[in-house]
Amino acid sequence: MNKIYLDNNATTQVDQRVMDKMAPFFVEKYGNPNSLHGFGTETHPAMAEALNSLYAGINASDDSDILVTSCGTESNNTVLKGIFIDYILKGEKKHLITSQIEHPAIRNTCEFLESLGAEVTYLPVNDEGIVTAEILKEHLRRGETALVSIMWANNETGLINPVKELALAAHEYGALFHTDAVQALGKIKVDVQDTDVDFLTFSGHKFHGPKGVGGLYIKEGLKLTPFFHGGEQMGKKRAGTVNVPLMVGMGYALDLAVKALDYENKEIRRLRDKLEDAIMSIDDTIVIGKRELRTPNTILASFKGIEGEAFLWDLNWNGIAASTGSACSSEDLEADATFQAMHVDADLSHTGVRFSLSRFTTEEEIDRAIEIIRKTVERLRSISSTYR
Amino acid sequence: MGKNDLIGGSLWDHYSNKVADRMNNPRNLGEISEEDAKAIGARLIVADWGAESCGDAVRLYWAVDEKTEKIVKGSFKSFGCGTAIASSDMMVELCLGKTVEEAMKITNLDVEKALRDNPDEPAVPPQKMHCSVMAYDVIKQAVAIYKGTDKEALDNQEMVCECAQVTLSTIKEVIRINNLKTVEEITEYTKAGAFCKSCIKPGGHEEKKYYLVDILKETRAEMELEREKEEAEKFENKSFFQKSKMIQAFFDAEIRPMLQSDGGDIDIVDIIDKGDTLELQVRYQGACHGCASSTAGTLYFIEGKVHEALSDKIDVAIV
Ligand SMILES: Cc1ncc(COP(=O)(O)O)c(C=O)c1O
Repeated sequence: MNKIYLDNNATTQVDQRVMDKMAPFFVEKYGNPNSLHGFGTETHPAMAEALNSLYAGINASDDSDILVTSCGTESNNTVLKGIFIDYILKGEKKHLITSQIEHPAIRNTCEFLESLGAEVTYLPVNDEGIVTAEILKEHLRRGETALVSIMWANNETGLINPVKELALAAHEYGALFHTDAVQALGKIKVDVQDTDVDFLTFSGHKFHGPKGVGGLYIKEGLKLTPFFHGGEQMGKKRAGTVNVPLMVGMGYALDLAVKALDYENKEIRRLRDKLEDAIMSIDDTIVIGKRELRTPNTILASFKGIEGEAFLWDLNWNGIAASTGSACSSEDLEADATFQAMHVDADLSHTGVRFSLSRFTTEEEIDRAIEIIRKTVERLRSISSTYR
Repeated sequence: MGKNDLIGGSLWDHYSNKVADRMNNPRNLGEISEEDAKAIGARLIVADWGAESCGDAVRLYWAVDEKTEKIVKGSFKSFGCGTAIASSDMMVELCLGKTVEEAMKITNLDVEKALRDNPDEPAVPPQKMHCSVMAYDVIKQAVAIYKGTDKEALDNQEMVCECAQVTLSTIKEVIRINNLKTVEEITEYTKAGAFCKSCIKPGGHEEKKYYLVDILKETRAEMELEREKEEAEKFENKSFFQKSKMIQAFFDAEIRPMLQSDGGDIDIVDIIDKGDTLELQVRYQGACHGCASSTAGTLYFIEGKVHEALSDKIDVAIV
């Protein structure tokens, strides 16, 4: 039985072409790019090509920076802690704004900065699960708010926030704007100039690149205290010997992902919608968020009367990988932050199951998944004490 | 913490084969109807515990023989994860054939042990222990319904950590006896909080009546208060007036009756504050007056008593 991977928001398969592109930089061209000799300099063309792909991939101007980091989490930490040091520690400003639906890489970092004295506002979402500019404006404080950090697309629901309007609102109040676009790149068009964001985070392994490498876009002219101090790599903005193979891999992966956007938007969307239609045809199920407001690959479904982890268990026994934000093992009572933020009925808060597709998902896989999901619902509802 | 904690995400690897098997093929799943129970001359008990909104809910069905009080048939339904389903299934099995009184003695630990593949290896990882607790709670609920009482009435002890079955009084006692200062120490000593961690502080998997952080804080505060009170009771910490009164009271209660029984007596003439010490000036009366031994032996004896009862910073002088 072939396994079916429907957990692409957690991580993706590395594209074989990306793998091939990276391979020479482990054993053959292993030089340190900062060395003066040939071993070092022979890595430069591939690095330059990777940068070209990264800059083009998010439409960054040549005068802006894209730091290659070790992951999305590092990029997020770099921005939040850098702003804290540059503005809040220095007493110029004191307030940060983020949302209730952020990834832990933002949420937990903000909570940490709160413990160091920052004031943080966690914005709610509207009925559709979106963080709107209207909500943001209610909480912006001129002269006090240093940074607004709102994710581009949500990892659980796929819901897309109006980043351009949010950045505009932040700027109106003299605040900088950061977006965690980890779940947006490779799924929808991301343009840093059009949206006028100041900082943007992305992560290689979410678009068929390798794990352990990410990026941080910094708009031209902006200063940000480095997270890593040390050598003079990355224009002295991020110390540490550059991981050449991973950087090369991420660059090429983004190049391929941008080229596949059209496919993503048509074909993957079609498969996603097919799966979603099938799920919705089962009694007492809901899918969170309107389709047209979501990334084309994501479904967060709720099956009444079935606990999410039990659902995953059955899927796993049948060879399907999906995910839940509300594992019953979680030490967190606020099982599904997104469910809560969207005021979904509390009885459903432990029933969420997320399916996320990729460009490697096939129609046959979706057909089989539909069949298995139906069987799983039937079996687990026959066990359920709460399903009528 | 250490090597074993660095990878994570291996939750399901820590389920025993029995847990996996019972999740996939529960033996005791289903409902029992009134008719089913009547047909075998049994009384039907249906007990619910937990709630969907908490992530775990279980319904237990018992058919209890009216004469023998034995559970002759049992089954369950459950909203919960794999370990919740497997635990419920095993719980029903453990009830079968037992009387209601016997079933009441089944604990979550019995359920968990019965699910082990190998006696020395837990059937579920620590954070899943609370699932077996559900199974235990629903039994109590069933017993309460059977007896027509409240479940609370059967909970004779305030349970703080259901996973490890640790009560409030045990935790307080352990804190006091061992002078514990952190929640980690409580967990180390009692295992409370070692499993699902809900009882450590608010915001965990389940909402609780008691949390270890609060119990620790309160118990430490009580201990501190007692210490302060004890401290305040100490002779040294009293005002001069209070000290004088205590000395007088001690003399009246302990010293004078002794001398009086020999036909003598003693008066406190004055108490002088000498900074570091107090000088207690006394005068013998009656039979003691002029008695040779009173200056040496009796004085020595009185001073000893005063030191023992009040403070050794009191010198007794005859004037
Ligand atoms: C929205 C979002 N932000 C940040 C991250 C963290 O990225 P990384 O795994 O590269 O640290 C993730 C990945 O899970 C994510 O989904």
